[in-house]
Amino acid sequence: MKDLLLGNEALARGAYEAGVRVATAYPGTPSTEITEAMALYPAEEVYVEWSPNEKVALEVAIGASVAGARAMASMKHVGLNVAADPLFTAAYTGVNGGLVIVTADDPGLFSSQNEQDNRLYAQAAHIPMLEPSDSQEAKDFAMMAFELSERFDLPILLRMTTRVSHARGLVEIGERKNIPLKEYKRDINKYVMMPAMAKRRHYSLVERMSRVEAYANECHLNRIEWGDRRIGIITDGIAYQYAKEAMPDASYLKLGMVYPLPAELIKEFAVGVDKLYVIEELEPFIETQVKALGIHAIGKEIFPVVDELNAEIIAKALLGRGFATPEREKLAGQHVPVRPPVMCPGCPHRGVFYVLDKLKLTVTGDIGCYTLGATAPLSAMDLCVCMGASIGSALGMEKARGKEWAHKTVAVIGDSTFIHSGITGLIDMVYNKGTGTVIILDNSTTGMTGHQDHPATGWTIRKEPTYQASLEALAKAAGVNRITVIDPYDMEHMEAVIKEETATDEPSVIIARRPCILLDKKRTYTPYTVDMDKCMGCEICMHLGCPAMENDDGAFVIDVTQCNGCGLCSNLCIFDAIKEADI
Amino acid sequence: MDKVTNILIVGVGGQGTLLASKVIGRWAMNAGYDVKVSEVHGMSQRGGSVVTYVRFGPKVFSPLIEKGQADMVLAFEKLEALRWAPYLNEDGIVIANTQEIMPMPVIIGADEYPPDIMERLNTMCKRVLAIDALDMAMQAGNSKAANIVLIGAMAKMMDGDKQSWLDVITQVVPPRTVEINQKAFLKGYETA
Repeated sequence: MKDLLLGNEALARGAYEAGVRVATAYPGTPSTEITEAMALYPAEEVYVEWSPNEKVALEVAIGASVAGARAMASMKHVGLNVAADPLFTAAYTGVNGGLVIVTADDPGLFSSQNEQDNRLYAQAAHIPMLEPSDSQEAKDFAMMAFELSERFDLPILLRMTTRVSHARGLVEIGERKNIPLKEYKRDINKYVMMPAMAKRRHYSLVERMSRVEAYANECHLNRIEWGDRRIGIITDGIAYQYAKEAMPDASYLKLGMVYPLPAELIKEFAVGVDKLYVIEELEPFIETQVKALGIHAIGKEIFPVVDELNAEIIAKALLGRGFATPEREKLAGQHVPVRPPVMCPGCPHRGVFYVLDKLKLTVTGDIGCYTLGATAPLSAMDLCVCMGASIGSALGMEKARGKEWAHKTVAVIGDSTFIHSGITGLIDMVYNKGTGTVIILDNSTTGMTGHQDHPATGWTIRKEPTYQASLEALAKAAGVNRITVIDPYDMEHMEAVIKEETATDEPSVIIARRPCILLDKKRTYTPYTVDMDKCMGCEICMHLGCPAMENDDGAFVIDVTQCNGCGLCSNLCIFDAIKEADI
Repeated sequence: MDKVTNILIVGVGGQGTLLASKVIGRWAMNAGYDVKVSEVHGMSQRGGSVVTYVRFGPKVFSPLIEKGQADMVLAFEKLEALRWAPYLNEDGIVIANTQEIMPMPVIIGADEYPPDIMERLNTMCKRVLAIDALDMAMQAGNSKAANIVLIGAMAKMMDGDKQSWLDVITQVVPPRTVEINQKAFLKGYETA
């Protein structure tokens, strides 16, 4: 039977059929659907969890593997930075049950703060990496990864990219294999990485990887497709599909295992073609290694190192033309207003950023929907680097510029992000006598990635009730004495609290608590409308940046089909011109 | 059909473009084609410009459609039709929902919503079909079925067998919305 599956769903299917017993993740685009799909399989067969962050996710998977189960941890590319500590040493220990680590990279930055190329992690950590180029391969490679992990006693990295993760393709569905737990044997020489044991395991790692290097030349994951021998293309992942679209007749060496590379196969391919190209997204990862073999190849001389590739870029570089006629190209150059993402109508974050902008505070930000608070017209964020960075960076500003600076600075962080890695920043702020103000934007979900539960929601991934971590108690335990919970729809109260807390000389936490508007299904509301007779056109309401509001040639209108009735605009209006609609 | 058919589904995050692409993808799979559907998840889904690429034929490589390759643009919003129309080939057609959703630069007065979108579309492509899908969806019973109204119009343009589409809709939409969605499909189908 065939099904039309996202690359992520296909990968989950592959892991399921390969007998995976433990699957962990912290959500992050483009990896999220892998673990959501895993949770659709029966709990008796697979334990699935949202972990507080990627490091914990990998550690849980490592424990499961050592205990004898096939295990998988999934994360986005920057999540692997968080999990890098256990990653490098897991290569030393090796595995018992097969261990697969999925890194979903985001070339083109569709929903990320950078576009790092995680193939480099495979090389740095000495871990084999497989890279599928469509949904069927995502499933096949996931199954293969567990086999290879156990065969070579190594964790396996499985690299997805956005266009493989989020493209649907036809996938052949099979049965789940019955893979029993492997025997557990205590072995401190293999699993306790103190210096003496770790050094021996490092030698062992070099030996294990040398066996994988030899295997790379014969495994079916890497294949030569002979075509027109005037042009030979070495490629991997989604770049293979783009290249085939642009150059269907060329000869190909398609690499399914991107680390370690098959040196002999590359040499064989290189001598079989007149001109050799390496086509890969982002870093010249394959190209550098091909050139190190003494082979002449063309790569980043003509292909970009920034942004995703596509068939047009490749066609233009190799053939000097794209798919469109020059007239069409000209049309593409016409001005069309851009449509950047925005906070939803009724979003509980909106009022917070309106107030922060009004108070002209310096705002250190974090990763989530609320990062949109940086954009016009709210324009209330100064810094956003990575998950959890808001609190530490606010403390850094204070330490650099003094307490007065802290009085006009706040850190903003989401509930899920606070649990992920904000809590350690808060502990630092208290421990090292900072006086900053932290606003936790608690919308009771992981919003941007599509509403996943986390330890402070009180629900597991399978929607079983569980212990709900308390943000107030965590802040208190860190040593924060001033903790205030506010409703972000009440801007007047919020403004007073923010003024008071930023003025104090001790750390304070403000929890702005209201569920994400897209989740709050039980809430009843009436949309708002503008009374044209009373509206003076002052435009104060327009500073909220609400997509339900329009300026129709000077007449301000609220689209009732979009309005979620939060009432922020009505509260701001000094002429009493915005009222609940008569419907 | 020995060539690949390329359809762009474009709109604003939250409009239900993903369900539409799922319907077309399933239909193509049932018809025996190789299929690829490329979706956009994550930040753009929060009210940004979104595009889904649907490709089917004997063998599909890239999941993306390049400028000059598209046979059809199925637009859930007028401005998005204009943005993506240059992706059409010389014989390409546009099916555009007449709904207007203002982007933030227009809302804050930094840009203007183009007043002449239909005129510009008409000079850019062979055929433009403008339909008020929102209104037709409301007539069918729910404004959220606008995406299926547009699928109906597209199915007619593709000269497809009506029943094969209705079957897929029954498979893909939530069970309690089947009737409304089938009605919505027929409204679109009869308009085209």
